[in-house]
Amino acid sequence: MAEKKSLLFDPVETLHSIEEKFEMVQILNEEGEIVNEEADPKLSDEDLQELMSRMVYTRILDQRSISLNRQGRLGFYAPTAGQEASQLASQFALKKEDFILPGYRDVPQLIWHGWPLHQAFLFSRGHFMGNQMPEGLNILPPQIIIGAQYIQAAGVALGMQKRKKEAVAITYTGDGGSSQGDFYEGINFAGSYRAPAIFIVQNNQYAISTPRELQTSAKTIAQKAVAAGIPGVLVDGMDPLAVYAVTRDARERAISGGGPTLIETMCYRYGPHTMAGDDPTRYRTSDIDSEWEKKDPLVRFRKYLEAKGLWSEEKENEVIERAKDEIKAAIKKADSAPKQTVTNMLEIMYEEVPFNVKEQLEIYKAKESK
Amino acid sequence: MAQMTMIQAITDALRTELKNDENVLVFGEDVGNNGGVFRATEGLQKEFGEDRVFDTPLAESGIGGLAIGLALQGFRPIPEIQFFGFVYEVMDSINGQMARMRFRSGGSLNAPVTIRSPFGGGVHTPEMHADSLESLMTSQPGLKVVVPSTPYDAKGLLISSIRDNDPVVFLEHLKLYRSGRQEVPEESYTIPLGKADVKREGKDLSIITYGAMVQESLKAAEELEKEGYSVEVVDLRTIQPLDIETIIASVEKTGRAMVVQEAQKQGGIAAGVVAEITDRAILSLEAPVLRVTAPDSIFPFSQAEQVWLPNSKDIVETAKKVLTF
Repeated sequence: MAEKKSLLFDPVETLHSIEEKFEMVQILNEEGEIVNEEADPKLSDEDLQELMSRMVYTRILDQRSISLNRQGRLGFYAPTAGQEASQLASQFALKKEDFILPGYRDVPQLIWHGWPLHQAFLFSRGHFMGNQMPEGLNILPPQIIIGAQYIQAAGVALGMQKRKKEAVAITYTGDGGSSQGDFYEGINFAGSYRAPAIFIVQNNQYAISTPRELQTSAKTIAQKAVAAGIPGVLVDGMDPLAVYAVTRDARERAISGGGPTLIETMCYRYGPHTMAGDDPTRYRTSDIDSEWEKKDPLVRFRKYLEAKGLWSEEKENEVIERAKDEIKAAIKKADSAPKQTVTNMLEIMYEEVPFNVKEQLEIYKAKESK
Repeated sequence: MAQMTMIQAITDALRTELKNDENVLVFGEDVGNNGGVFRATEGLQKEFGEDRVFDTPLAESGIGGLAIGLALQGFRPIPEIQFFGFVYEVMDSINGQMARMRFRSGGSLNAPVTIRSPFGGGVHTPEMHADSLESLMTSQPGLKVVVPSTPYDAKGLLISSIRDNDPVVFLEHLKLYRSGRQEVPEESYTIPLGKADVKREGKDLSIITYGAMVQESLKAAEELEKEGYSVEVVDLRTIQPLDIETIIASVEKTGRAMVVQEAQKQGGIAAGVVAEITDRAILSLEAPVLRVTAPDSIFPFSQAEQVWLPNSKDIVETAKKVLTF
């Protein structure tokens, strides 16, 4: 028997050495202290306050949405608490021209990009007017099919490149979404064209009940970028400064011709998958919950800003009251939307109405005008 | 005998076959520890172990491909597609690969896979969670497509599907999961695939239907009875292949027929049934065969679903047209 030849290249060692390189970027630790002075994005005081306001506002929006859902005043809702830094600090690094392709949990980014709150509520209630995008607002309605937005983001980004726009396409999915074929196709296509895209995976540890460990044997999701030949970054997704900094860098790289970036944000969803009957106690323990609550993005950012003299209880209460008032007003506005009809549904099927639809339109118009 | 909901009958069928055949495997998104998002696989991982009942990474295409591969190793996979609206992600595995396995291997290989999936509207789900996409499957030669309407049928049909040596798409209407209880034997029993069931006998009109529309049709039949009409309701149970014999026997008896489906009119199951009836029984017909279906829009944003979905009132209205033609 021939002696086993030693390989010139050790695949196992190579894998380990790649995996080791994906260290988590953190700028603000759990205590609200800057631990990476060099990477600090040095946001202005106003920007720091604005980002904090948005996180507080969004936490209130999440709490109100959950209770409105329980009262039957909202429909489909996927809770966001725990993911504020991942969602809002990444959106904070964007410009109006940038295009967001969201998953269904990414309603907050859309709102801060300009989606009117009452429309987000109409979307939740299953009313088509929620999804009617105002002119000039660069977003898609929340995607329901996991990962489908990833490959579309490559298309939007390639289009921007062809139009010579100084803008990026940014898309979001979760740890579960990173298992879909569309995820790989999206990062690979965008890489192949060096298209200006940012791919964010909010790794909130569970895809409904399925833990992150079961999604992939890869140590990090960020390292999947290597196979597509694009940069990948693992970031503390509960650290708003780190999420902001890596997204800003990815954006600069993208618009200067450096191609797409994959960003994995390590975070946690405190609530259930959605409000439609998911029970997290079936798959998580309260120990795990409290471990993550210690990392809370609002808590650490509040500490940081208070130490700088930029935040106070009074300021926070102002934001909370404003959020509550605006949510109330938006619900009222959503309540005043016209009753949705089947006629509406048939009317938005085609530009030119075909015979079968025309015939049915007559039937439903008569039925629904009664 | 135990009283069971449809979801309990489905769990019971899975348990029966996991016990009966060591080659049976149950897998999909959240089917293990969580017992499935509708609890169809509740307790099965505990009872049979992670080796036989397991969670997959989140990828419908992966689930379909895995099923094919496991079938090639002699297993009898029962993958779950969490909602049938997600089937587009796994169309190649099902329609492009599984359905063709026997054919492209010249009859030497097969894919005894049962794909279970909830579908159907009426419970205010978000987009892609309610669509009736069964005709995407019935238009694919090589597949069998089963849609139970009662707990008893669900168990017997699911066991037959699992034991069938060709791929079966087993569609569970989510509105029926907990809508009623029925006596279901605890022991194993089968209901043959491709056999319709006359759920109500009648002599004036045949309503041919399946899925959640069986209940609506039965309700309509009761209404019509008050007006002196005797209406027969034929539950197709298997929509591919169709039980032509039962359909034609019913139409020949009543002389009038209509077909009811929850799905949109275009390219639907109902169109195929109407064609079979006119091909084979035109001389028995006293009236045109009409259809009650949803209109040809995409499944609506949920606020419009109650009007969009066909109901017993729509069925009565159309039945009168057929009865008085």
